[in-house]
This record gives sequence, C-alpha cells and structure tokens, in this order.
Amino acid sequence: MPEVLKAPLVVEFPFTRSLGPVQSAFLTGLRERVVLGVRTADGRTLVPPVEYDPVTSRELSELVEVAATGTVTTWAWNHEPRRGQPLDRPFAWVLVRLDGADTALLHALDVPGGPDSVHTGLRVRVRWAGERSGAITDIACFEPYEPATDETFAPGGHDGRFEDLVTGIVAPARLDYTYSPGRAQTAYIQALAERRVVGERCPSCRKVYVPPRGACPTCGVATAERVEVGPRGTVTTYCIVNIKAKNLDIEVPYVYAHIALDGADLALHGRIAGIPYDQVRMGLRVEPVWSDEGGHPDHYRPTGEPDADYETYKELV
Amino acid sequence: MSRATNPATGPATGLAKSPATGKEPVAVVGIGQTKHVAARRDVSIAGLVREAAQRALHDAELTWSDIDAVVIGKAPDFFEGVMMPELYLADALGAVGKPMLRVHTAGSVGGSTALVATNLIAGRVHGTVLTLAYEKQSESNAMWGLSLPIPFQQPLLAGAGGFFAPHVRAYMRRTGAPDTVGSLVAYKDRRNALKNPYAHLHEHDITLEKVQASPMLWDPIRYSETCPSSDGACAMILTDRAGAARSPRPAAWMHGGAMRSEPTLFAGKDFVSPQAGKDCAADVYRQAGIADPRREIDAVEMYVPFSWYEPMWLENLGFADEGEGWKLTESGVTELDGDLPVNMSGGVLSTNPIGASGMIRFAEAALQVRGQAGEHQVDGARRALGHAYGGGSQFFSMWLVGAEPPTS
Repeated sequence: MPEVLKAPLVVEFPFTRSLGPVQSAFLTGLRERVVLGVRTADGRTLVPPVEYDPVTSRELSELVEVAATGTVTTWAWNHEPRRGQPLDRPFAWVLVRLDGADTALLHALDVPGGPDSVHTGLRVRVRWAGERSGAITDIACFEPYEPATDETFAPGGHDGRFEDLVTGIVAPARLDYTYSPGRAQTAYIQALAERRVVGERCPSCRKVYVPPRGACPTCGVATAERVEVGPRGTVTTYCIVNIKAKNLDIEVPYVYAHIALDGADLALHGRIAGIPYDQVRMGLRVEPVWSDEGGHPDHYRPTGEPDADYETYKELV
Repeated sequence: MSRATNPATGPATGLAKSPATGKEPVAVVGIGQTKHVAARRDVSIAGLVREAAQRALHDAELTWSDIDAVVIGKAPDFFEGVMMPELYLADALGAVGKPMLRVHTAGSVGGSTALVATNLIAGRVHGTVLTLAYEKQSESNAMWGLSLPIPFQQPLLAGAGGFFAPHVRAYMRRTGAPDTVGSLVAYKDRRNALKNPYAHLHEHDITLEKVQASPMLWDPIRYSETCPSSDGACAMILTDRAGAARSPRPAAWMHGGAMRSEPTLFAGKDFVSPQAGKDCAADVYRQAGIADPRREIDAVEMYVPFSWYEPMWLENLGFADEGEGWKLTESGVTELDGDLPVNMSGGVLSTNPIGASGMIRFAEAALQVRGQAGEHQVDGARRALGHAYGGGSQFFSMWLVGAEPPTS
C-alpha cells in the first residue's frame, strides 16, 4: 500500500477580546505597574480579579491594589519553552500569591539557578516589561529576591480607576497540526495526478463515492473497491459567487457547481469556466480541465454535448 | 434545595398526576435575551451570558440558588477561539457547585441545548435548570473558521452562503418557485424585526424594492436575504410541574421535543428536504399529538439564515406538501397577521448570534404561547414550534410548546 499523504496544517487567527469592566481595570493597571485584585463579599481579594464571585455568583466590582511581591505556592519546571511562552530559556511555571491577595496568579519565574533553586514559599517579585500595553505580558515574568528581614507589605491603595482604559486585547491563537487525508483520499489524490478520477464503491449499497472517504456514511462499512468515474459529468446545481474571499485566489464572479461525474452516485464540487458565468445551467455537460501542477482539475468546461435531462440527474441534486 | 415539592407526586395544581414511570412535564418560566447587536464591546463573553441569564431569572422571579444545573451551548470553539468556554463561564452563570454541561451541534446547538436541559427535568434528574446559548461574533470569525485551508483540498468557497446557495437553486428548480419568493421572506422578517426590541437589524426604511435591488452575493442569494453577524445570548429557565406552579407568569409547556442527525454528504442525501429534518418533525408531532401541523400549530419560529429556507422548511416540517411551500410564503400565510405566522421575531435573518440562534427560536416560540411576545405577539397563540438546524443541513432540533400543560 502506498504511503498515506501528510501535510502541515497551521491554523492561526488574531482573536479580539472585549474585556468588560474588571479585566479592563486589571490590564490597564498592569500598564501602569499596578496589580489589582477584586474584593469579594466575604472579604477575600482575588488576583487575578474575576467578574463574578465564585461562591455567591454576585457581580464583583471593588478593585484593590496588591503588592508586586509575593510567595510561590506551587510550581513546575519547564525544560523546553515553546513558541509564544513568556521566556525563551528554561523557567518555572509558578503560582504566586501576591502580598495582599488570597488567591494565586499563574506566571513564569525566571531562575538562572535552575529547578534546584525553586521551592514553595520562595519570595518573588514582578519584573515589569519595558514596554507595556495593557496585557498580562506587561508582567515580563517573576524573579526571586532576598527580602529584608523586616519586610512589610504596604498596599498602594489604588482604587482601579484610570484614564484611558484598555477595553480590548488581541489574543493570537495558533494551532499546529499534521493533517492526513487518510488511505482512501490519498489514493484519490494520487490518481488525480494521473488525470484519473477514482472513487470507491460501497460493498453494501453499491453506491460509488467520489471523493472516497474509505467508508460508506450510510451503511457504515469500509469501502475498498476502486471505480474510475468521469471524466465527464453533469452540473446538478450551482451558484454564482460574487464576493471575493481573502484566502482564495479566484476572480469573481465565478461559478461554484456540484458536478455528478458519470458513474458517481453523488456530486463533487468544482468551478465552471470556459463559458460566460451567466450561461451556466443545471444539466450542463462538463469535463475537467487539468492544471499543469497536477492534483485537482483547475476547473470544468462545457463538453458541447446536449444538456442532460433533469430526470437523469434529479436524484443527485 | 429548589424542590420543595416532590415532582413525582406534584403540587395541588388540579392537573392529572403523571404516572411515576412517565416523564415529568417541563415548563418554560423564564426567558432572557440580550439586545442583539453587531458588537458588544462593553462586555466580556462572561458579561454577555450573564446579562441574558439574569433577565431569565428576573422573568421567573428566581435567584441563582434556585437553579439546580446549567446547560449551555455555542457554535464551534473555533469561532471565538475560546476552548471549552463552559469552564470559564461557570462563575458568571452561578454554576459553581452544580452540574454544568455544554452542548455542541453546530448551528442547531441552541435548540439541542434547550432539549438536553429539558430532558434533565423530564427525567427528574433536576427540578429547575438554566439553559443558555450565545455567540459573540464580533470576537469571532465564522467565515474564517468554516473555510480552513485543509491540505489536499481545493479551496473553492468562503463561508456558509456559498454552501447553501446551490441547494436553494435546486429547490427553485424542483418546485418551479418564482425567483421573487426569497425577497418576500426577507422583507417580511425585517419588518417583523421592527416589532422586536431585541432584534439586531432594525431597518426602518426597508422596502421590498430595496431587498430586490440588493446585490447577489452567492446567486441566487442576495445580500438582503442573508443573516447578519450578531453578538447575543439567550437564556431560559426550565422547571418541573412544581416549579411551574410557583411561577409568577404564565408558563410555556413542552409538548414534544426531538433531535435528529445525518451525515453532511452521502449518496441519496436530499439537501432540499433532508430526511433527518422530516423525521425530527414527525417525532415532535407524534409526541404532541399533532396530526395536521398546518392547522394545529399557531406560529412557527424556524431557522432561516437565508430567506429561501422558509419555503424549504415549510415543506420539510410538513406545513406544506412538497413543492407547495413557496405558495404559503407568496400568498402571505407566513406574515405576522397571516394564518401561519413564521419568524414573528424577525428570525435568523434579523439576528444571528450563531450559537444562540436556535435557542432564540425555541424561546420566541415559548414567548408566543406565554402571550409575552409584545408587539410581535400572535393573537391567541396556543401552540408554537421552535426549529433549528445546523452543519451541512445535518443536525435538527425542534420543540413544540403550548399554553396548556400536556395531558398525557
């Protein structure tokens, strides 16, 4: 059996987030080197602050400043930082309870001494980023420090009201996959390179699937019998696309059609060209126009045959 | 803590008791929606869902502590890029210390979410359940999410309109419907939306000519025959018979509810009138004892993201014979003052926070039989259908609600 195809699939998008009042104050605070928590009805201070009380479900709004120093409550060593993580050298993920807070904040701890120098109870302080924009990365990371023997915590007393609030952030997301279309579609794609269209027949209902998926979705059984179909086919239905998609290198208007290749039991999708877009019709007989780069036909064009009678393809619409 | 009365025996409501083995009757006693808009930049996703949930609690005159469980739904995580948002939304929905479930069935999710919540009550697992669905499309990119550059596939389309447009053409060919019908639906729904304060699009200067003159995006679908992108949430409080007896306002009673699914593509799939949709409707009517939906149902909220889906679903749901759905639309039967009003709220064509759109259909059906739909109320509506579909016409969820409790 030939090797199954594989290819990287990277999905990336810069999502926007509206922050709401509490996160807005928190992130604006970071920009101003102020760490804010939120006070709950039972007098606890939650850092990072949340909009709704986890115990009572009440809306929370009383913002209080906590210190930029705190204590590690637990940690894990990160041997190999990945893309997008706070530091590009090994570091500790830490939960830090800042002085004045009752809950701990997740962040990175920069410890040149390695994992042996991290422990629960370690005193740490915020290392502020040089350029701050109102994001969690305004805290570049935490770093250990040697507290004075008479160290006391004096809250800054900021009430969380700022000029020029940060109201939204951009949260880029990136997912890295290795995509494989599987055995059946690999064979289909390899046949396309030879300008042949090969589907698979269901052993139970005898329907020919093009492109094949390796199984019949109706009968739930594997398909293996290869059947060459086409290359000619019938346009069963279509639409005329008038909006240009950012990720698509096709000039508008163009015709996107469902094409039932001769011998196939369901239509596949393709573009129709070689005919003015407004003359495409249901029943039009078409054939593939192969691209020099191999793979899928670039488009389908009219064969010049008489149109197929509706009765001959209506079950495939 | 919220069930003072044993629901198996029921309070003294004067109704026939359900047998201990039967299902508990389920009532809608609270409904809340946000004002749907293009972008709610003033709230986080948590703040958005909170607003709808609080309005539903307020309508039911209940508090967070009266809720036994929370069932939420939204469209794919991919749309907003928040993975497993139900984890982050537990605080906002008062779900801490309670069961919380998340449902996902693509565009039909708002409906199936409500049905999962319903079943928790019908099965006497819980007495009172908050169910909610949302989408914050301004923080999302559905068109991108639906058109990922999958290796080895030929990129041909962007978004949902191009996917559905060929099926609309197939419907027109099959039925001989004149190409004017789509615009009639859009014109009706956008006018209905003017009577619904929560609807997203309020096009005060809408005319039929404007709809007809709007550009073809995916011919035969015009711009004005296409749903908008909305930020919004919809919440309902569902409860058992004891809960309904305590309700300060009229309840809507669930008489039938069903979900069906089928593959996106298979040989013999009927995209114009999918079998799963027919089966789903038939199950709902059987449960509700409906023999003739056209005569026995007073109002319908159906999932019509592109205007031609109104006549298509009228047939699929059994309100018209095959090939006849467009005639109901064309003759004005589905107008707000018609014999079978459809999408009194303005429908998906006027408001589309994707994940919430199905639940809005269900909630608007309930508002009608509660007599609380305000300016878009259908006089004397006693039975209403809420309908949702999703994916490549492959997930269906529906419920039928009535002003009276079920008798069996």
